[in-house]
Amino acid sequence: MWSRRQRRLRPLSCGVEELRCRRREREAALRKARREQQLVSKRLLRDEDPEKAEGYVAVILGEAEIQQFLRLAQRGTEEKEREKALVSLRRGLQHPETQQAFIRLEGSIRTLVGLLTSNQALLQLEAARCLHELSHSEQSTVAEACLPATSYLLTYLSGHSSDFISPHLTVLEALGYALSQLLQAKEAPEKIIPSVLGSPLPQHMLQLLQPGPKLNLGVAVEFAWCLHYIICSQVNNALLITHGALSTLGLLLLDLAGAVQRTEDAGLELVGEELACPVLRCLSNLLTEAAVEAVGEQMQLRDERVVAALFILLQFFLQKQPSLLPEGLWLLNNLTANSPSFCTSLLSLDLIEPLLQLLSVSNVVSVLVLTVVCNIAEKGPAYCQRLWPGPLLPSLLDTLAFSDTEVVGQSLELLQLLFLYQPGAVQAFLQQSGLQALQRHEEVAQLQDRVRALQQTAQHG
Amino acid sequence: MQLPPALHARLAGAPGEAEPLPVERDPAAGTTPFRFAARQVRFPREHEFFEDGDVQRHLYLQDVLTQVAGDPERPRVPEFTCQVAGCCQVFDALEDFEHHYHTLHRNVCSFCKRAFPSGHLLDTHILEWHDSLFQILAERQDMYQCLVEGCTEKFRTSRDRKEHLVTRHLYPADFRFDKPRKSKGPATPGPAVQVSAEALGGDQVPSEGDAMEVCFEHTELPPEPSGERRTYGHRCITRI
Repeated sequence: MWSRRQRRLRPLSCGVEELRCRRREREAALRKARREQQLVSKRLLRDEDPEKAEGYVAVILGEAEIQQFLRLAQRGTEEKEREKALVSLRRGLQHPETQQAFIRLEGSIRTLVGLLTSNQALLQLEAARCLHELSHSEQSTVAEACLPATSYLLTYLSGHSSDFISPHLTVLEALGYALSQLLQAKEAPEKIIPSVLGSPLPQHMLQLLQPGPKLNLGVAVEFAWCLHYIICSQVNNALLITHGALSTLGLLLLDLAGAVQRTEDAGLELVGEELACPVLRCLSNLLTEAAVEAVGEQMQLRDERVVAALFILLQFFLQKQPSLLPEGLWLLNNLTANSPSFCTSLLSLDLIEPLLQLLSVSNVVSVLVLTVVCNIAEKGPAYCQRLWPGPLLPSLLDTLAFSDTEVVGQSLELLQLLFLYQPGAVQAFLQQSGLQALQRHEEVAQLQDRVRALQQTAQHG
Repeated sequence: MQLPPALHARLAGAPGEAEPLPVERDPAAGTTPFRFAARQVRFPREHEFFEDGDVQRHLYLQDVLTQVAGDPERPRVPEFTCQVAGCCQVFDALEDFEHHYHTLHRNVCSFCKRAFPSGHLLDTHILEWHDSLFQILAERQDMYQCLVEGCTEKFRTSRDRKEHLVTRHLYPADFRFDKPRKSKGPATPGPAVQVSAEALGGDQVPSEGDAMEVCFEHTELPPEPSGERRTYGHRCITRI
């Protein structure tokens, strides 16, 4: 009686679903923009707080006013006065007219960059914000005028103490973000990345990604993305490898997995998504470099704990952000493709069953999971013997019921390896109605040759 | 995805490489019509494989709240504001918001707008406070049911029930749960503490939503009941 009444008295829970829906809409818009190559991430550091804005100029500025503000910012007697001048300039730079006037002024960009080296954190920050406004300009002439600032930014970033910690971590984070934007420019591989790699900056970046008490999440996220863009450009990845990028990123991966394991922190979703994503990408692409074999063992990625960390992160992604599962599995593929040692780790740590549990997530994930299992199986009988017990065959038969040709194709490749290396695989396959499962795909053009070959092997040995 | 228990120990263990099993490839592997060969894959920056991660990155950049004057180390996470009228709590994570919603806004009495941490407590409240039949029946039989879900005990008076909660379920002695609100305005109780699963008694550990949140008369907290105390980032004040 009371349960009926209780249901009538309860309000419907709609707030959360609405939030999710809004987020999905934004994601769809971003995907569309990315496909049309029009996705530009704007991360404006504006704080349009009316109380703060009081007394600050927020109008279109002429050249004379810009000059006056720059002079005040450079030579003002009080820090507050200097900061106020930069804030007014920054607010003015929100207008295209002011931006045009600013770039016409001789040495204006250089003055801003010079202010970045100030020992006052707030001046540094406001100077960075002014550059930030300019770099977000819709006008190509303004954006181009910012390019000479690159080398100054690099000099400034590289010229820090060995700790490479700015008086204000927000400044460092903003600079990391600004650099990540520059590294995505079309001219980056020819003009920007070579000068970055020629400076001490890569070592500093790797220092900022060192796990430990000094690791700052916001800063690490920005510089991890910087590293990703540098690695993708393939200008000189051997240099990064000799600086110990693989071992640093590997340790960071262990640290992330440890954090995921230890805590139920609200900010952890951010750790999982925002830092793990570029770290996984950097590691995966670096592993494909020929230079990996040339460096010393301590510079390579051979630690079995990396596999353990990766699976803990995969479990975390499955719960919190399934869209990142493929990126984790991509790294797993690149670890197992050429390494009998990592393949052995997967077997000895009993990770095949959890891996197979991911087959139901999506077609992309299924293909990657099957590829990793193929990487293990192709190493020969000793590996197949360890793979065979457990849910492998039932899982494979399930994937043969999929309609996606890529998933089925990869399942057929795995079956061939098992038939070849595992005595009794054919018999078990026949007993579990394997031939009927194969029949479904006899007429599919991309699959029929392999289907027939397997049918023949199964029937005639 | 069930991970083997030994995996966590391995993560915490010493660095080391596994001794590989012997590799013996058959030349027939990967021959036509089969084509598999183990190979590492490289993706360029614009590859569609990166679409999901790039979209997440852009969402992060759009959601980031840079607080310069405040604490520069504050984690940059999107904020979720509770949309329920009169509630303006802000949460860093969707999970926290969901927990807040389920605790404070899901089990709400439509008569007096009070919120309860579980359906069981809402039912009990409706029965005791908004059912005219209850008072009549309470004069003849035990009607005050135990607040711990799963416990079937019923009592003649709320005082007897309180005694049972304190002695049997180890609730704090100064626990208050059935005092009527003195005014129409919002209650201003003391600090809230959550009684642990053990303190709730019963064999089954209640789910998070079922844990009874209790308030204390005094600002000073009494000694903790046995078991572990769960704390949350936000304070939910609830009383029957």
